[in-house]
Order: sequence, then structure tokens, then C-alpha cells
Amino acid sequence: MSDSHATAVETAANPELRHHFADMQQQTNSASLGMWLFLVTEIMFFGGLFCAYLIYRLMYFPAFGAASQTLDIKLGAFNTVVLIVSSVTVVFAVRAAHDGNRKQLVAYMVLTILLGLTFLGVKAIEYKEKFEKHHVPGPTFAFDKPFDDNGKAIPVDPHNAQLFFALYFAMTGMHALHMIIGCGLFTVLTVLSWKGRYTAQYYTPIENAGLYWHLVDIIWIFLFPLLYLISRHS
Amino acid sequence: MATTVIPAQPASKPLNYLTNGSTIRSWLLTTDHKRIAILYLISVTMFFFLGGFFAMLIRLELLTPQGDLMHADTYNKVFTAHGMIMVFFFLIPVVPAILGNFLVPLMVGAKDLAFPRINLLSWYLYITAGAMMIHVLLNGGVDTGWTLYSPFSTQYSNTNVIEAGLAIFIAGFSSIFTGLNFIVTVHRMRAPGLTWDRLPLFVWANYATSLIMILGTPVIAITVVMVAVERLFHLGIFDPRLGGDPLLFQHLFWFYSHPAVYIMILPSMGVISELIACFSHKRIFGYKIVALSSIAIAVIGFLVWAHHMFVTGISLYAALIFSFITFFVGVPSAIKVFNWTATLYRGSISFATPMLYAFGFIGLFTIGGLTGLFLASLGIDVHVTDTYFVVSHFHYVMVGGVVMGYLGGMHFWWPKITGRMYPEAWAKLSALFVFVGFNLTFFPQFILGYVGMPRRYWQYPPEFQVLNILSTAGASVLAVGYLLPMIYFAWSLRYGPLAGPNPWGAAGLEWQTASPPPTFNFDETPVVTWEAYNYDEIEPKMEPTTLEAPVER
Amino acid sequence: MSKYFPLWPDRASTIAGQVDGLYIYLVLVSAVMTLLIFIAVAVLAVKYRRRPGVLPTPIEGSPILETAWSVIPFGVMLTFFIWGAVIFFKERTPPTNSTEVYVVAKQWMWKIEHMEGQREINELHVPVGENVKLIMTSQDVIHSFYIPAFRLKQDVIPGRYTTLWFKATEAGVYHLFCAEYCGTSHSGMIGNIVVMEPQDYTQWMAGGPSVPLPEAGKQLFTSLGCSTCHRFDIQGRGPNLQGAFGKPVLLEDGRTVMVDDNYVRESILNPNAKIVKGFTPVMPTFQGLVSDEQLNALVAYVKSLGQPAAGGAQNQAAAAPAGQPQKQVQ
Repeated sequence: MSDSHATAVETAANPELRHHFADMQQQTNSASLGMWLFLVTEIMFFGGLFCAYLIYRLMYFPAFGAASQTLDIKLGAFNTVVLIVSSVTVVFAVRAAHDGNRKQLVAYMVLTILLGLTFLGVKAIEYKEKFEKHHVPGPTFAFDKPFDDNGKAIPVDPHNAQLFFALYFAMTGMHALHMIIGCGLFTVLTVLSWKGRYTAQYYTPIENAGLYWHLVDIIWIFLFPLLYLISRHS
Repeated sequence: MATTVIPAQPASKPLNYLTNGSTIRSWLLTTDHKRIAILYLISVTMFFFLGGFFAMLIRLELLTPQGDLMHADTYNKVFTAHGMIMVFFFLIPVVPAILGNFLVPLMVGAKDLAFPRINLLSWYLYITAGAMMIHVLLNGGVDTGWTLYSPFSTQYSNTNVIEAGLAIFIAGFSSIFTGLNFIVTVHRMRAPGLTWDRLPLFVWANYATSLIMILGTPVIAITVVMVAVERLFHLGIFDPRLGGDPLLFQHLFWFYSHPAVYIMILPSMGVISELIACFSHKRIFGYKIVALSSIAIAVIGFLVWAHHMFVTGISLYAALIFSFITFFVGVPSAIKVFNWTATLYRGSISFATPMLYAFGFIGLFTIGGLTGLFLASLGIDVHVTDTYFVVSHFHYVMVGGVVMGYLGGMHFWWPKITGRMYPEAWAKLSALFVFVGFNLTFFPQFILGYVGMPRRYWQYPPEFQVLNILSTAGASVLAVGYLLPMIYFAWSLRYGPLAGPNPWGAAGLEWQTASPPPTFNFDETPVVTWEAYNYDEIEPKMEPTTLEAPVER
Repeated sequence: MSKYFPLWPDRASTIAGQVDGLYIYLVLVSAVMTLLIFIAVAVLAVKYRRRPGVLPTPIEGSPILETAWSVIPFGVMLTFFIWGAVIFFKERTPPTNSTEVYVVAKQWMWKIEHMEGQREINELHVPVGENVKLIMTSQDVIHSFYIPAFRLKQDVIPGRYTTLWFKATEAGVYHLFCAEYCGTSHSGMIGNIVVMEPQDYTQWMAGGPSVPLPEAGKQLFTSLGCSTCHRFDIQGRGPNLQGAFGKPVLLEDGRTVMVDDNYVRESILNPNAKIVKGFTPVMPTFQGLVSDEQLNALVAYVKSLGQPAAGGAQNQAAAAPAGQPQKQVQ
């Protein structure tokens, strides 16, 4: 009997059609579902850290509040805006791919990467500042006794503040790692886009990479208030 | 990736997935789910025997009350190795990555899984993790127990905890990608006419398993990251002197590791459904309920993790809640056992080897599951937790359950996978060795646990010796039962009679194609117009059919 | 007693019989269930074995059967749950006026301190018929205090106290095991529970060194400087501890907590965690400056201050309370 993949060759379908799929619709839907499932695993992965954070924040609220206030809220807010804008550029990139507009696609991809790198750059500045203030957990850690608005000393166990910073570095570090991967992924896709690989008939990788970027953005949108905005009044 | 063109073959030499490409490269870079299943078969079997080797060392040491075979530290590394290898490198992947990978696309009438390259990546992740684990073993091992409890693992152990954790992390991603592949395949690649209520129960079981894989595994991944980070930077997440809580580790660990045991048992239960249906020659009694019970076990299984922590000092109310839900999760498992038994009624029962394993499963899983109820009952758990009672319970369900299901499935689908039949008499004898050896090994351990012998003991009071000797004796019989199939399965590859497409007269799409199947599974995509287990349309066979004269290969 | 080949552990506590009762019930139900399944499978497999020309009868299912064999087993399971929960509740509710004994676990030994001052290593002497409550902590990793003859076990955790209570019923020597893997000599961390008749126990008690634990704690209270701030005569910089133990207290952040063993221990090691309302965070931490044994003594002393009548260190020696009413929860 004739082997099954000959059918794909005969009908001269989309050259991107993989042999085990019946048609592009099935392939695209499968890729999309696969990416959504992967995003669910990412949520569960970060979930463990969020769980630890929530428990210790409930137990050591004053220390967490005091430690949180040493984070630069302006830089954090700026980074939040940067990521939200980068998600918008991603949406436009996907739209450009859908319309078959190669130049726009490449432009928006590049813009997204630049915004991502901006985010990482600001993060590097923040980390450097934490290093200088001796807020990096470990043997060099030191936390000055904080005072509240009335000048009253807030009783804070430096160990609990160290725990905050441990979780801060773990969570933002894991997030930054995902951003780096995202930038790398987008770089590869930008080069391929420039070479004309993605057309209106086939741009699934752009779509799915976009989903990944959106998730990393959403995770930051949770991280920012949880880490930066504890106990802030005005 | 370019599609391969299959050259025309002379009629006397049929091309199947085994013969389609014979270079090492064609195997190591394959994207054919059937070849990947074979790659897993070889590597998982190797890890099974490695884990079994460590089991043998444990049982030898426990022949005498004194610790006289090895140093205490060595013993601690041995039982840790046994646990880590068996859990992460055998029990989790064995049925999904071997039988699941091979059969799920065939059973849904597809040419392959949804993501063949990710399937191959999954195997390479498994191998990488395995190599890392072996590296750990060759460099002093790890002595925390497979459960890695803090603060021992985070502050006190002087062994390769981080590397072992990294191996577990990577193996976890192998598992996640397999689950992801199965879910998308079942959702998107079913053949025309194959509705959800026409799916074989093996597919339902692997689907439910895949849900647990993708939701649970990431949590153990982040937990071992936290252990590594704590060890490296002395942070205090789990260190009480720095404000941390050692019990937080246990919650995070068991949140995955309890559902993990359902990853292990559900696919095996799926196998049993297929075996009972075929060898009673009828549809499983209560098909819909059995299908949904797999989903129920997957969901409820996420809600019981703290039953591993009843004596750790959790609140009375938490203990009550987790105890209650644990009883609840036993109900869908019980339903399966009753439905399988009811299927036998007015069936046409064959006693072929796969069916013997299915009977063994029903018996041993019943005992294992019932002893789980003992552990769920708070008053009893306080006495027997952390003793050999627990060890026996989980070996009954893992070995008496998972391994029996796996062996039954391997015998059942062996002709499909290899095109050869195994020798039935030897297989029956082997099944007997397994059943007798298993019970002799592990039943005494229930008694040992109730009289108070704790787990992970290198030396023990002399009055426990007789029961330990019985257990070791049983283990040697069990070992024979596991070695025999290695021999006769290998023998059958060359000398076994050839099997046709459907030697058992079974229902299911995998039996509608050649044995072994061609690379792309079906000559034409099947269109399904029948219900699952359409045994009323198939004639029951008194003996498995094999081909008359061996065709020259 | 013959320990040559035991198939059942000794029974030496008030709760052991109840645990055994539940266990035997479960064994019987399980045996019946297992036999039923085994027999059903065997009978059906033989009766309906494959014969040429005989076709199987397709049966879709039976909602009545499915419901029956879901609901009835679950009902039976509920009895397992309820009986087990009742036993667990009793195990977790120590009677008031239990004799307290402090236990410190470390790799790889059990250190026991009686209130009267006796110390033991890997051995615990207790009298028959008396409620004993163990207050336990670990110096390093998680251990577990396991007495098979009593059917009792409790994990022992660093950084906090966990408790275990029992009433021994039979004089004798019983195994004590560590039941949570703790490293090299986990299986060597074993010992004996020595249950003695009350007269023998009194004699044994009298033979040992006798600085009662609360008295030792009082000495530390002075020598470590606690008394400079925690005064009993005037309001000092720290709360007056007279009568404080066992009562709730309001904290600076608005929470109300119970002054119990864990609270006192935490306040010594991490004073800023829970500041009493009206006081400032001036207490220094004693983390690393006091051993677990010294902590136990201090806690015992503060606890003794909680007693209303006597004031000062109240001895909980076994020799004492002839006429004291013992509240027992059984």
C-alpha cells in the first residue's frame, strides 16, 4: 500500500506542514495548545516560590515591610511600564505576521527585544544597588534598623529581612532568567523573520513566542506589587 | 525537517519501523514515537536493574541485625540511591514513556505524537538526568533519602545533594514534555470518528496521568532549586535559626510527590483495563465510570499531600481534613477493582500470561490499597508511619501494582512491538516467581512495621531478624522472576514465532496494523465508526495466532 | 518477656489497646474484602473460562451496582476515619497536670531532663499510671520519638517544641526508636523506656542529682541578667512574668497570643518577633548564647511563675501530689 506521507507531497500543501498532521489547522491548533500547557507548567513552577513568599510575609510582616521599602519603587514602576509596552509591541508583531508584513514584523520584534533588554538593564542597576547596600543574603548581609514615619524604631529581626531578600533575588532572578531566554528566543525569531521565514500562512512560532512573552510579563505584574509595594503609604 | 521518502520494497521484505533505517544515527536522531519508546525501554530497564542492585544490597545487609555488610553511611547512600533511581528513573517513566509513547498514537489512529522532536528531547533529558545521577553515585553518592528532608539535606548532609537535585530537576522536565505531548495528541489528533467516549481506557489513563505530570512536576522542580540555593547561600528558607520553617520543605515536596504516585499507578491501571477487556473478550464493565475514575484520582490526588505529615506537628484540624480526603481518594480506585472483577462475569476468560499479571495486579493492588486505608486512619498512622508498614504498603502498590501492570502490558504488546511471540510456558513460570517472590518479600514487612521496626535502619534489634530473613528470601525469588523475562524476551527476538497483526484477537486500532507497525503506523488513516472494545464483532481465540513459517528477514 | 520472634508489639500504654482494637478491625475488614475479591476473581475466571463456541455476553454496566459499591465502601471507610480521628484527638490532648519531661534530640542521642533535675541519655524512666507529657525539641535535624509499645510517635523539630503525652500501664523495659531518618547513626539513636512501679520510681528519683529544672532556670534568670528588666517588684523595662504563663497577652501589632512553651522559647531567641503591647524592642537576643537544655530550664522557670498560689519555683516532683485532683482525658 502507498505510504501515508505521500498524500502530503501530492497535495502540495504548505511546505511547513509536518508529516504527522493532516492539515495546517491541526498543526497550528496543536502548537498553540502545547504552548498554553507549557505556560501552565511555568505558573506552577513560580507557584512554589510565591507560596513560600506568602507564608513568610504573613509570619514576618514588619520585617518584610521594612525590607520592601528599601527597594527603589521608581525603578520598579518604570520596569513595569517597560514590560507592559513590550507586550503591546508583541501584539503588534503578531498582527504584522498575520498580515504578512515582514518589515513591520521585524521592527516590532526588535522593539520588543530592546524593551526586554532595558528591563534587564534596570534590573542590573537594582541588583548592583542591593549589593552595595549589603542586602545580598549570605555572609555580607547587613540590615540597618529601620524607622517608620514617626521616627520610631521598627522592631525587625535581620534574619527575617534576609529572608525577604532571599526570596526577592530568587523570584526576580528566576524571572530575569526567563526574560533572558525570551530575548534569546525573540532574537532567533527576528533573524528568521528578516529572512522571510514567516508569512501570513505560517507564523505559529511568532504567536507562541508571543504567548511566552506575555506570561513572563504577567508574572512580573504579580511580582512588582508583592515585592515593592508592601506597606507603602504615599 | 525534511520528510523521508520510503523506497519501494520487494513484497518478501516488509519495511516496518524497526527495519526502516539501521544506522545508529537513524535511532539516536529518530522522531518516530515507536523508536523513542524502544530507546526508553532499553534505558529504563537498565535503571530498573541498577535500582534493583541497590535493593539487593539493602536486603543482604538486613539479613543480620548488626550492620556488618557495609558502613552505616554507605547503607544510607544505598537506600537513597534505590529510592531516587526507582522513583525518578523507573516508576515515573516506565509505563508512559515506553507503552504510552508506543501505543497512544496508534490507539488514537495518528501517525505520531503531536510533537515528535519534543518527544526525542524528552528522552535526551532523561538520559542526561540519568548520567548525572550515575555521576553522583560514582562520586560518593547522596545520603538524604529520596525525600531530601530539610534541615538534613540543606545544612547537615555532606554529600552531592545539589547535583542529585539537578538530576531530579532535569528528569522532571523529561516527564513534563511527555505529558504535554500526550495531552495535545489526545485533544487534537484523534482519527475521524474517534470521540472521547470511544477512546481506549489506556488512553484515558495516560491522559489523566499527563494532567498530573504537567501540574505537579514543576513544583518539585522549584523545590529542589530552593534546596540547592539554601545549601549554596545559607539563606534560611528552611532553617529555623534564621526564621525559616523546615516543614515548609515537606509541604512543597509532598505537593508533587503524592500526585507522583498516581503518575505511577494510573497508566498501569490503564494497562489492566486493556488486559481484562481482551482476555475476558468483552467491554470493560462500566466503561464511562472507569474512564472518569482516572480523572477523579488525578484531581483528588492533589488534595491529600499532608497525609505524609500527620506526626510532624501539623494542627489537629489539618490532620482531620487530610485524613478524610485521603479516604475519599480511595473510592475511585476501589471502583476500578470492582469494575474489572465484574467484567469477568459472563466473559470468555483466557489464562494467557498477560491475564495472569492482571489477576496478580488485582490481588496485590487490593492489598496495597487497603493498607493505604490503614495509613489514612490517624490513630493507626501515628504508630506505623515511618516504619516498615509504610515500606510494605508502597511496595505493594508500586511493585505489586505498577510493575505487574507493566509486565502484563509488555507481554500483551510484545508481538505488536517486535513482531514476535514470547514463549508462553516460561512466561507463566516467570509470573509465578514474581507473584510468590513478591508476597514473601513484602508481606512480612507489614508485621515488622506493626511490631515497630522503623524505616531506613541499618541495624535493628535481634528479635526482628526472622521476619527480615523471610523478606530477603522472597527478594531472591522475585529477582529470578525479573531476570527470566530478560532472557526469554531476548530469545524471542530471534527464535520466537512470528506474530501477525492481531494474535490475541483484541479490539483497538493498534491491532489493525501490521506487527511490527510501519513507520507511519497506518497505511491509511482509520475512520472510526465503532465503540471501544467492540469484542462482539471479534471471534474469541483459543490460542494466540502466530504465522506458519518464519519469513526470512 | 520473650522477644525472640514477636508478631505483635507489647502493649504498655492506655492508648495502645485502642490502637490495637482499630487495627484489628481494619485487618478483619481488609481480610474479608481481599478474600471476597480473590474468590470472586477465581470463581468467575474458572466458571467463564474460554470454551470454543461459547460467546461472552456484553454488559454495559449497572448504575445501581456502581453506586452501591461506591457508597457502601465509603461508608465503611468513614468508620475507619472516625475511630482513627477519635484516637488521634485523645493522643493530641494531654491532660492538665501531666508530669512534664523535657527531651532534646540531637544527632545521635536522646537527652532527657526531668523537672526534678535528673538527666538521662537514651533512657526515660516513668512511673506506671501517671500522665507524662514530653516537651521535645531538636538541636539539629528532624528526629522522631517513637515508642512502639505505647503506639506513639511524634516528630521532634529544630526551632520549636512538639509534645507527646502518654500513661504507661505495665512495668517493663520497652524500645525507644528514632523514627525520622537523621543521618549516619539514625538506627543507633535508640534506647529504652523504663516503666517502673510508683515506689520503685520514687526511689530511683531520689537517687539522682536534684537541682529541679525550674530552680536551675531561676539561677539562669539571674545570671543571664533577665531579672534586671523582668522585675517582680516594680514595672521594669520588660513585662512582669509573674502569673504570665498560660494566659493570653496582647501584642504591639494587635495580635493576641497565648504565653506557652513555644512563645517563651521564641521570645528568648527572637525577642522582636512578638513584642508585648506597651513595651519597646530593647530585649537582646540569646540565640547562640543559651543551649537547648538551658532554654528548657528557663521555660520551666517561667512556667512555674505561672502557678497562682505558691509563687517561685514550684516543684512537680512525683513524690508530691497525694491529694491533687488529676484531670484525665481518656
